[in-house]
Amino acid sequence: MVLKVFFPSCCSSAESGILIGRWISEQNSAVILAVVHFPFIPVQVKQYVSEVQRVTKVSVSVLGSWSNSKQEKEESLSEFLEDLGTIFSHEPWIQISKEGDSKFWSCSTLQKHSNNPKEEEIILVYYDQRKVMLSYLHPPLDTATSPDHKADDASKLSAIFDTVAKSKVLFMTDRYDDGPIKLTHWQSDGVEASIIVELMKQASVPACMLLTFLLSVISGICRSRVLKFWPLSFLWSKLSTCEQLGHRLQHLQVISSNKKAQNETQLMRKANIFVSLLIDVALGILLMSWLYRKNRIGHLADTLIPVADHVAEELQDLLQWLMGAPAGLKMNRALDQVLGRFFLYHIHLWISYIHLMSPFIEMILWYVGLSACLGLTVALCILSDIIALLTFHIYCFYVYGARLYCLKIYGLSSLWRLFRGKKWNVLRQRVDSCSYDLDQLFIGTLLFTILLFLLPTTALYYLVFTLLRLLVVIVQGLIHLLVDLIDSLPLYSIILRLCRSYRLAAGVKFRVLEQQDGKPLRLLMQINPLSYGSVVQTYRLPTYSCYPKDSWTSLCKKLFLGELIYPWKHKGEKQD
Amino acid sequence: MEERRYRSASGAPIALRPRQHSASCRELAVRCPRLQLRSLSAVTSAIWLAAYGLFVLSENSMVLSAAIFITLIGLIIYLHFVKIDQESLLVIGSLGIQVTSSYASGKESTTFIEMGQVKDVVINEAIHMQKVIYYLCILLQDPGDPQGVSEVVPLFQVS
Repeated sequence: MVLKVFFPSCCSSAESGILIGRWISEQNSAVILAVVHFPFIPVQVKQYVSEVQRVTKVSVSVLGSWSNSKQEKEESLSEFLEDLGTIFSHEPWIQISKEGDSKFWSCSTLQKHSNNPKEEEIILVYYDQRKVMLSYLHPPLDTATSPDHKADDASKLSAIFDTVAKSKVLFMTDRYDDGPIKLTHWQSDGVEASIIVELMKQASVPACMLLTFLLSVISGICRSRVLKFWPLSFLWSKLSTCEQLGHRLQHLQVISSNKKAQNETQLMRKANIFVSLLIDVALGILLMSWLYRKNRIGHLADTLIPVADHVAEELQDLLQWLMGAPAGLKMNRALDQVLGRFFLYHIHLWISYIHLMSPFIEMILWYVGLSACLGLTVALCILSDIIALLTFHIYCFYVYGARLYCLKIYGLSSLWRLFRGKKWNVLRQRVDSCSYDLDQLFIGTLLFTILLFLLPTTALYYLVFTLLRLLVVIVQGLIHLLVDLIDSLPLYSIILRLCRSYRLAAGVKFRVLEQQDGKPLRLLMQINPLSYGSVVQTYRLPTYSCYPKDSWTSLCKKLFLGELIYPWKHKGEKQD
Repeated sequence: MEERRYRSASGAPIALRPRQHSASCRELAVRCPRLQLRSLSAVTSAIWLAAYGLFVLSENSMVLSAAIFITLIGLIIYLHFVKIDQESLLVIGSLGIQVTSSYASGKESTTFIEMGQVKDVVINEAIHMQKVIYYLCILLQDPGDPQGVSEVVPLFQVS
């Protein structure tokens, strides 16, 4: 079998000593974590190694010897190193030696209890210790869902990544520490620390506690009985702003909780939520400052009433057109006039209502615009709600037209069955033949003809108002799509992938370094980062809205039959 | 380390270069034909002629600058994401198999498959248009079922 030795690239220039690390026997590979220098007392080394093993739960042991001689090979040193093999008994005992500044090292193993003393090939793999320690190896996306076989056949690479990551405590001692043993690893030149990070960690604890207290007060108010009465609760469920605010409240609760993140995924989730909130609030404040400068919000309020008036006038023109001969079609005059006058009166009511509200519009809009500082998503939701409120009459017209059309279609289908002598059997849920009396047949046929000839008029009104409603739904849908995008994009993960790509690892890649005959094979192991698509897919934040599950065919069927279409259902609402 | 010339399934000339680094490590690299200057100039002149024709019709100079912009962006996207220069396979005994594709702009995309996941390496046949082509692929082990195959990874897809 081939023996693989994983050597940290930071120890290439270390002084001679012995190697400590982990031996993974089932893969026949040795992961070297540090080099212990001369002089040392073997008993103290053994004590240190067993203590590290106890703390990190990684089976660390002394694996071999390392000699870095600047001059020619010294015979006495090599014998000394071989004798060390007898003190720290480890099977196999790995000896690596480097002469001068040569890149090609010689590596040999000493097997005392082997049956067949054949020369096995050695592969030397260099790895960057700091990057491997900090990185998180992502399992492939399809196997991440099946939890059965996680522990057993953990891949070989994850064993190596785990070993280095768990040995953090080993890397905490540097060469300036006074101890019986001197180590070389990636931090041996001094432990890294950042003052800013430490200060932020100290300041975050009281900030989190304050935030948790405020959030509990706010959620207590929200859940109070006062706001649960029927008209108010119906209103809250219809306004998308309240949904968005509730969603953000949940996010804040996640961030400000006191529990430390258990694993890497939770930590990334918290960081993503934090960055997303920060960017959202920053963009919202930017929008707010743009709106309130030069009194743009006053201009907006001033143009709102004329726009609503204009929309109403256009609708009136449309109805006048329908009441005449639209597109050259000949309508039933009486029904046309009735429907047209009914809708015109409705518009008239709406216009008077808007004019009643007009003095207060500017003040309401000014105060509502202040809430844009809670985030850009909240501002967009408010915009979507304002559009919904302004086009409420279109929604009403659509509902009237759809209900009328739906009734007509059902009546027609039932009377068509009567025309053919059949009946719908509710018990058996199928069409059965039935013998009708003569007067039943007469009245049924009469009604059928009336409904049939009135169909084009109703169908036209239904078509026009459905198209208008669909237009409004599309506009609102686009706004909600944008809000969802801002909500669910994992910005912190994307920035991490851009700047510190070794933290998110999809795998490793090997590069073959210069070879020399007779020396072991040299490979460099580098981290293969995750692609941007898989970063977004793995770390997406869950959102509260689900997109319509209707396929295009069922949508067309509903439109044809006149059933009301609800564009989206939020998670948690009962399905109709 | 010599190069051998062959023809790919679509008739383009490709070159294979096998190397042996050590007893348990081998590398096979397949080099695809480079971007031809002929086809590049043909496409560029076609786009610019069309843009000039539109400019003569509409008298708007934005059409010309838009055409230049589109040509540049299109060329960059093609070189960075589409045109593969070389595909190589590195087999390291008892570690795994590494598949690398390097693009014309220098970008390299690598996948490493561990030895434990590889079930077998086979030559598959496929019917493409009117002829049968052979391609090399790696069968991956299904973690739950030792006999089953979870994934088939075709090698040297572009060349």
